[in-house]
Amino acid sequence: MTDRALAVVRAGALTTVQDAGRPGHAHLGVPRSGALDRTAADLVNRLVGNAPAAAVLETTLDGCAVRPRSAVTVAVAGAPCRVTVDGRPVAWGAPVRVPAGALLDVGPAVSGLRAYVGVSGGIAVEPVLGSRSTDLLSGLGPAPLAVGTVLPLGRPSGVHARVDVAPQPAPPAELVLRVTLGPRDGWFTPESVRTFLSRFYRVSSASNRIGLRTEGPALERARPGELASEGMVLGAVQVPPDGRPVVFLADHPTTGGYPVIAVVRAADLPAAAQAVPGTPVRFVAVRRR
Amino acid sequence: MKVLPVGEDALLVEVSSGDEAQALHAELLRRRAEGSLSAREIVPAARTVLLDGLDSPARLAAELTAADLPPAPPRARDVVEIPVRYDGPDLADVAAHWGVPEREVARIHGATEFRVAFCGFAPGFGYLTGLPPRYDVPRRATPRTAVPAGSVALAGPYTGVYPRSSPGGWQLIGTTDAVLWDHARVPAALLSPGTRVRFVPGAGS
Repeated sequence: MTDRALAVVRAGALTTVQDAGRPGHAHLGVPRSGALDRTAADLVNRLVGNAPAAAVLETTLDGCAVRPRSAVTVAVAGAPCRVTVDGRPVAWGAPVRVPAGALLDVGPAVSGLRAYVGVSGGIAVEPVLGSRSTDLLSGLGPAPLAVGTVLPLGRPSGVHARVDVAPQPAPPAELVLRVTLGPRDGWFTPESVRTFLSRFYRVSSASNRIGLRTEGPALERARPGELASEGMVLGAVQVPPDGRPVVFLADHPTTGGYPVIAVVRAADLPAAAQAVPGTPVRFVAVRRR
Repeated sequence: MKVLPVGEDALLVEVSSGDEAQALHAELLRRRAEGSLSAREIVPAARTVLLDGLDSPARLAAELTAADLPPAPPRARDVVEIPVRYDGPDLADVAAHWGVPEREVARIHGATEFRVAFCGFAPGFGYLTGLPPRYDVPRRATPRTAVPAGSVALAGPYTGVYPRSSPGGWQLIGTTDAVLWDHARVPAALLSPGTRVRFVPGAGS
């Protein structure tokens, strides 16, 4: 048995393998998937000397614990959290050497939601359509981590970064999402469009990797009837019949039948991935560049 | 043809019929293959085609708005044959909607040449058109919590085959052993937009 592997000791609420996802297959009904906080995923890969496409672990809320079978370099970023090796605190947001057989514990998020664990060599589960990402909507890629899961690791290719700590954005106390209106803002009353762009929403606890759901003033349609299914992009703000906007995240369906009032800028989605339930959300209209 | 901007780098092209959407989709694929269009995703749907990951969406929008859409090119590709047993639990309901005996549902469905209008819902799930509008059926009032993989189903103007077990509200008329999605296979999807499909009544139907 190869020593290049991680054994899962504590899986956490939801820990998945993620990389840059599998774009290019939407016409077959395959979601893009991939790390929700791409900034943090890219950072941990840089810190441990991996290529940007290497697969990392994405935890949700309460972290996870793994035991590498050989010495590895790891880095944890995204949601701030306590990180320990065999019970001793180590740096967050910086490369850390973990000896073979030691227990790396990524603690609960102090703020934010999702921590990213980069491991030198990357998680090397079998790719599906060119990606190792877990896709919760369609079930492609590896299953979420469970206690006892053993994850193979790739060969380390680079040299880890020499930093004490890497600067990172703090998880948002208030989530400001810049949007461009359309393509179906015309399906809503002008009053509702104004409401959407001026009132506060809150992140709902029903949010997941498929969508950031919100609570707040319901948006009213200007026209009755159903929209024929149409293609959906990452960041689309779909409005289901209850009138509460849902921002489509990485595992979103590739086609959908509810009107999209606006689309969130890609640069604002990492912050959306870290917004805990209850966080105030504002949608701010910006011009197309 | 109406071109709507979507976010920073996508366009939604709206046309007036499913046939036009298929023709537009074929044309956009042709342009991408010859190198005159760069798009990460080209996603046909009921009456639209979404173009995502564009370099200069505004320029393409202007170009498409001015363009005349050529009719869909004739398809030389083979027909995918899907063996089916017409044994679904909703066969009687569908026969009642259509006003025909149950056997006639199998005959009509099995005699139709379908075409994958678009995909979605799950990897490998195709929305197949081909039945005349008088055979449209409503979705079930209460969706099933689990529809078995391989179920052949109808809803609205569409026929579809569930690639894996999932909840669903379509009317189930039959079953197939065909594998709609297998990511170890190339291509993983048996059906992709534009594929011609025939259901072949098999043993037990």
